[in-house]
Amino acid sequence: MHGIRKAFPGVIALDGVDFDVDHGEVHVLLGENGAGKSTLMKILSGAHRRDAGTISVDQREIDISSPREAREAGIAIIYQELTLVPQLAAAENIFLGREPTRGPGIVSRALMRSRARVLLDSLGATFDIATPVGQLSIAEQQLVEIAKALSLDARILVMDEPTSALTERETRALFSVIRRLTARGVAIVYISHRMDEIFEIGDRVTVLRDGRHIATREARSADRRELVRLMADREVDEQVPKSMVPIGTELLRVHGLSRRGVLHDISLTVHAGEIVGIAGLLGAGRTEIARAIFGLDRADAGELYVRGTRRRIRSPRDAIRARIGFVTEDRKVQGLVLGRSVRDNIALPVLPMLNRLGIVKRRAEHSITDRLVRDLRIHTPSAEQLAINLSGGNQQKIVLAKWIACNADVLILDEPTRGIDVGAKQEIYALLGALAAKGVGILLISSELPEIVGLADRVLVVRRGRIAGEFARADATQERILACAVGA
Amino acid sequence: MSVTDVQAPMRAAAPGFWPRLLNHGRELGTLAGLLGLCVALWIATPHFATASNLVNVVEQSTIIGIISVGMTFVILTGGIDLSVGSLVALAGIAFGSAVQAHAPLAVAILVGLCAGLLCGVVNGLLIAFGRLPPFIATLGMMSVARGLALIISDGRPISGFSLAFRSMATGDLLGVPAPVILMAALYAAAHFILTRTVLGRYTYAIGGNEEATALSGVNVSAYKIVVYAIAGLLSAVTALLLAARLDSAQPIAGINYELDAIAAVVIGGASLLGGSGSVIGTLIGALIMSVLRNGLNLLGVSSYVQQIAIGAVIIVAVLVDMALRRRAPLPRGTAA
Repeated sequence: MHGIRKAFPGVIALDGVDFDVDHGEVHVLLGENGAGKSTLMKILSGAHRRDAGTISVDQREIDISSPREAREAGIAIIYQELTLVPQLAAAENIFLGREPTRGPGIVSRALMRSRARVLLDSLGATFDIATPVGQLSIAEQQLVEIAKALSLDARILVMDEPTSALTERETRALFSVIRRLTARGVAIVYISHRMDEIFEIGDRVTVLRDGRHIATREARSADRRELVRLMADREVDEQVPKSMVPIGTELLRVHGLSRRGVLHDISLTVHAGEIVGIAGLLGAGRTEIARAIFGLDRADAGELYVRGTRRRIRSPRDAIRARIGFVTEDRKVQGLVLGRSVRDNIALPVLPMLNRLGIVKRRAEHSITDRLVRDLRIHTPSAEQLAINLSGGNQQKIVLAKWIACNADVLILDEPTRGIDVGAKQEIYALLGALAAKGVGILLISSELPEIVGLADRVLVVRRGRIAGEFARADATQERILACAVGA
Repeated sequence: MSVTDVQAPMRAAAPGFWPRLLNHGRELGTLAGLLGLCVALWIATPHFATASNLVNVVEQSTIIGIISVGMTFVILTGGIDLSVGSLVALAGIAFGSAVQAHAPLAVAILVGLCAGLLCGVVNGLLIAFGRLPPFIATLGMMSVARGLALIISDGRPISGFSLAFRSMATGDLLGVPAPVILMAALYAAAHFILTRTVLGRYTYAIGGNEEATALSGVNVSAYKIVVYAIAGLLSAVTALLLAARLDSAQPIAGINYELDAIAAVVIGGASLLGGSGSVIGTLIGALIMSVLRNGLNLLGVSSYVQQIAIGAVIIVAVLVDMALRRRAPLPRGTAA
């Protein structure tokens, strides 16, 4: 790709970007939110059309103006949010729209399955190809997507944060798949925010910033701090800040919380100014603990004490009245009304306090929302901007602002920094520190161990629906937590 | 970085008039369509742009216009209400029966309104707690309400209402017909509710993302019931207006009104997926349908052909709307 330019009304998303990837190479694309990674990817996939510049595959200049043309050029994209039909089996998904037939309109199931088998075997997949993909793990679904790309003779594979929903072991498995692919000569464009992965899987790294190509480095000789600096154009301390806050009174106590088959005898406490980390493998029951506390799932047993008094929490409304806030894992599905303004989103949980006889007190609403937009540094032209137009990091800040606005003093955060860039992560960390300093108690669920180790005063490790271990800050090392999480 | 103290007051600047007007681009587009249609008819026939005909056009739009207010609320939540036409019949018959039973006028009106409200609440309960898709729940209600209207009335219209009651349709204030005043008042109230009240915010939020709204502590079930109750109540208002205009309440009244109301809402720019649209757009949509019918009548176009024209307008309106939306793509790609 040479001199790629793309402008949207009001912003230049890409300004003369050069990018290339060789056969059998993994080329990592790095950049903060809004750096232009997604736009570049969308131009490759045919979702957007470039305004200027050239794209060549094997020295032949091509024009990509539709997804079909991208496919014909051998380009396939594995999106972060997978695009499979959950009710269909792996084989049906792989050959969707191109089913092998015997006779007009009659699908040959046997042929389809055997071909799918060959493809998936070549990727080292072991699951049953007859299972509807909705029942497979994210990692397995990813393999189905990759197999689908290979069945289309893809020679250039673009992967957008492929490991964001994977466990450590699944990530290893994915890397070995990537190595198999590169050994076959497939070129891989790898988009990720995780520094460790870049050095492990990448051959070259290109940094984008503000729609410009900043630098390309050999991964082997690249320096971690330099890359972060290139991305952010400023020195960012990659170390997660530790919050040094006096621990106050008990805000939340959970005792013997159980849900059949999911949670067993979960007990925990959160104090004012304390950040309690919850670590564990994906599916260990971390999110389920949060859902049960917040009244989304009914518990079979267990008691909940908020500020020392027993509370029954049967719905999010009860939880919010008890001043508990929940930043969910998936901000687009559960956190935001994307088609409404930043202001409407922030005010949504506070409206019961912001009205007189059902009429919204607009001045109070404006003052609260404007102040939060400013304090949390939500980058938006105005509070009237639709939430959908903001970057992931800024969207996450809106979700946080909602709970700050309703004075939540117990905040449950589920993967609060997933899919957001280094700079925005730092801002979120600083924000959590500031909240703790104000006396908010925080329950932090995260798959990123450095995040847990860096931020939490105490770490609880969940394994198969039970609390398998508890570590004070001094004892909480990544190795110990991981060992406890996997049961070693 | 500091964390906000919510209590601290701060003067917020209200956005200016022109920027706010630009936020209503879709309504302006629909309005341009309405005006274009009027200009075309003005040129095509000398009978269109007369004062009496224009008043007539607006007056004729009031029946579908009022139902469409309730339909807008329902559609904004991402729902649909197919029962409103049948509720017009049932509420009208309930009112007529009360009059026949020598109930005082005020009581009879209350009976009619309650019939509509109650059916709306039942719709809401079925949808919120029975977890039925709105399409199914209101499809069932459509049939049940029609059947009840026929049973209560024994299939016969109820006629002979008092002059006082009929003035609801025949009266005027400074030359403006009473139904038009009623419709204007209802639209003004609905616009206020949707833009300025908690109910309005929740209506849009539920349609935009029901799950996120529930997670923000909103009692989504209760608000859904309120929204379907509004639709039922406004069907009853329409029923009374229709009974006053015709001096007769009929068990077969209101057939296909639900489809006309949905059409008005959709022409007005609302998305059937919920979360976007406005009651102003709906008003313009209802007027477009009324102007079109009136104009085609004046031009002597047969009612058979009129159906085709109305259908074409619905399709074209939505096609244009979608094309405009696509032309201004949301820079979603900035979220890396």
